[in-house]
Amino acid sequence: MADKIPVTVLTGYLGAGKTTLLNRILTEPHGKKFAVIVNEFGEVGIDNDLVVGADEEVFEMNNGCICCTVRGDLIRILDGLMKRKGKFDGIIVETTGLADPAPVAQTFFMDQDVGDLTRLDAVVTVADAKWLKDRLKDAPEAKNQIAFADVILLNKTDLVTADELADVEARIRAINPYARLHRTQNANVPIDAVLGQNAFDLDRILEIEPDFLEEGHHHHHSDEIGSFSIRHEGAVDPEKFMPWIQDLTQTFGPDILRCKGIMAFRDEPRRFVFQGVHMILDGDLQRDWKPGETRQSRLVFIGRNLDEVAIRKGFANCAA
Amino acid sequence: MRIPTTVDSPVSLTQHVATLTPGARVVGIAWLKAHLAMALTDGRVLLHDNGTTVEAAAHPGGAAILCCTSDGKTVLTGGEDGRVVATGTDGTATEIARDEKRRWIDAVALSATGAMAWSAGKTIHARDDKGRVRTWNAPGASQGLCFAPKGYRLAIAHYGGVSLWFPNATSAPQLLDWKGAHLDVSWSADGRFVVSSMQENALHGWRLGDKVSHMRMTGYPAKPRSLSWSHDGMWLASSGADAVIIWPFQGDGPMGKAPRECGVRRARVTQTAFHPGAYVVAVGYDDGCILLIRLTDASELLVRPAVKDSGITAFAWDKAGKRLAFGCADGAAGILTLPT
Repeated sequence: MADKIPVTVLTGYLGAGKTTLLNRILTEPHGKKFAVIVNEFGEVGIDNDLVVGADEEVFEMNNGCICCTVRGDLIRILDGLMKRKGKFDGIIVETTGLADPAPVAQTFFMDQDVGDLTRLDAVVTVADAKWLKDRLKDAPEAKNQIAFADVILLNKTDLVTADELADVEARIRAINPYARLHRTQNANVPIDAVLGQNAFDLDRILEIEPDFLEEGHHHHHSDEIGSFSIRHEGAVDPEKFMPWIQDLTQTFGPDILRCKGIMAFRDEPRRFVFQGVHMILDGDLQRDWKPGETRQSRLVFIGRNLDEVAIRKGFANCAA
Repeated sequence: MRIPTTVDSPVSLTQHVATLTPGARVVGIAWLKAHLAMALTDGRVLLHDNGTTVEAAAHPGGAAILCCTSDGKTVLTGGEDGRVVATGTDGTATEIARDEKRRWIDAVALSATGAMAWSAGKTIHARDDKGRVRTWNAPGASQGLCFAPKGYRLAIAHYGGVSLWFPNATSAPQLLDWKGAHLDVSWSADGRFVVSSMQENALHGWRLGDKVSHMRMTGYPAKPRSLSWSHDGMWLASSGADAVIIWPFQGDGPMGKAPRECGVRRARVTQTAFHPGAYVVAVGYDDGCILLIRLTDASELLVRPAVKDSGITAFAWDKAGKRLAFGCADGAAGILTLPT
């Protein structure tokens, strides 16, 4: 894991400030070298030695699963970049404003060559404080990008009033309360708030999500994309849980954008940690439960029109 | 030529290997008569002949070479600098083309008569032996190009299938469709079969003719990115598993027949190269090991033991089949000269 090259994905609707953030990351005096993969190659000045143009080619995997899509151009470019391994410390992928982050993220789990050499560090979404509300109404892509994010930069806060800012922040939180949110102007954020997030590292799932530990994240709202978390105090039966979560993600995969969880399995000294992107699940037994730590199972779902009642009931049936 | 083998103890040919140190990952390797040409990720093409090495600045400025092919007279490379360069035995590097947007050159191909082809994203260029360039926009980006063994026709692998294009004709290319992403493409020497490697860890083949038929070759744990036909076209060796997978192409092809699986090891096969005149295949693994395997009895000869971080990235037999050159991920290379 340690020697895999981290990849940061920058998303955000047109004009939100992705390129500003990208140039800020590249020009800060961190002494690191990045390879940058951009769409619309050569149209905006990017201050970096190694800039590669991508064409956002989405491949449907020929495995009968409709949401198993990967970015073919990314596989090809990462394959080429990794042949010159050792020449850079990280890779940044800037997507178009209309791009769905899911195929980008799934590429790291579906393609073994990519997964062997690189790891997805985080999906960072830049949102325009003034226009995001409108985009959430008229652009499904904008909503997906917020829902998918590990880190959200609420940018251009100088262009809105305090009330407007609180309102747009509430809308973001209604979709995705788990991402780390930074209010910025000119995408001005410390680089370590964006890079080195380990957001897809099973070992780090709890550490980066303090909200995760709080109960009562019930977000009932009219938006079609939303989230909820479940907490269970007793032990969980892996014989029931594993088929349930697999069946759930297979059946509702297209609607489940992301899920994460930590399970306290019966008679198991270690925590079971999992995460998912649509139908793709990644999970493992991790560290031991610490002495004094409450053996408590927690799950988070972010998705579209999720049947919270049914999912809660389904999980309740997995109790040991 | 005689390949020494024994049944009881594995014979080692390691003492017949001369090592070379090109110093950067070898993308492609080729024999240009007596010269060994090595195309490297740092943009250089090295020409090695009997102890002396000439360096051709094929892609100067550190741009990586991404793809490489050869017809035995010239080495054609495509790079991150968007350039297509032909390097000859004297070390002269000639720029064939330059992408105006400096896009990566993802694939190159050479025909038996000196025609060339290259791709940058979806844009496919073909240049006939008189230097006339034709351009076609494929349905998707292409990483695999291959000329037909006869005639000026190019196979182009892309998402959704392989297109067969007559660059000098006005007719639309013939699409050999099959769902999924097709990466590399290879045309059998008799022109009857086209085979692609796929993102879905499989090979897909088409038997050409009045009615095109499909051949599915699946079950690989990884993408089979290295394909090699036997000298008589009867067998196709492929990488992508913990053994070399060799499909029978006698008659109507491999459908309904099991492939040979030779050289099973706890490592992944990354390169395969059939001997130009015998049923012997060179097999390179991701742990750096190389075996020569005789197809008739699956007997194995050790060419190179495993070397950490030195996975095999390129193979080339010389025309006479007396020498096998190999290149590695860590910038090592070598030449096996078969004992006579």
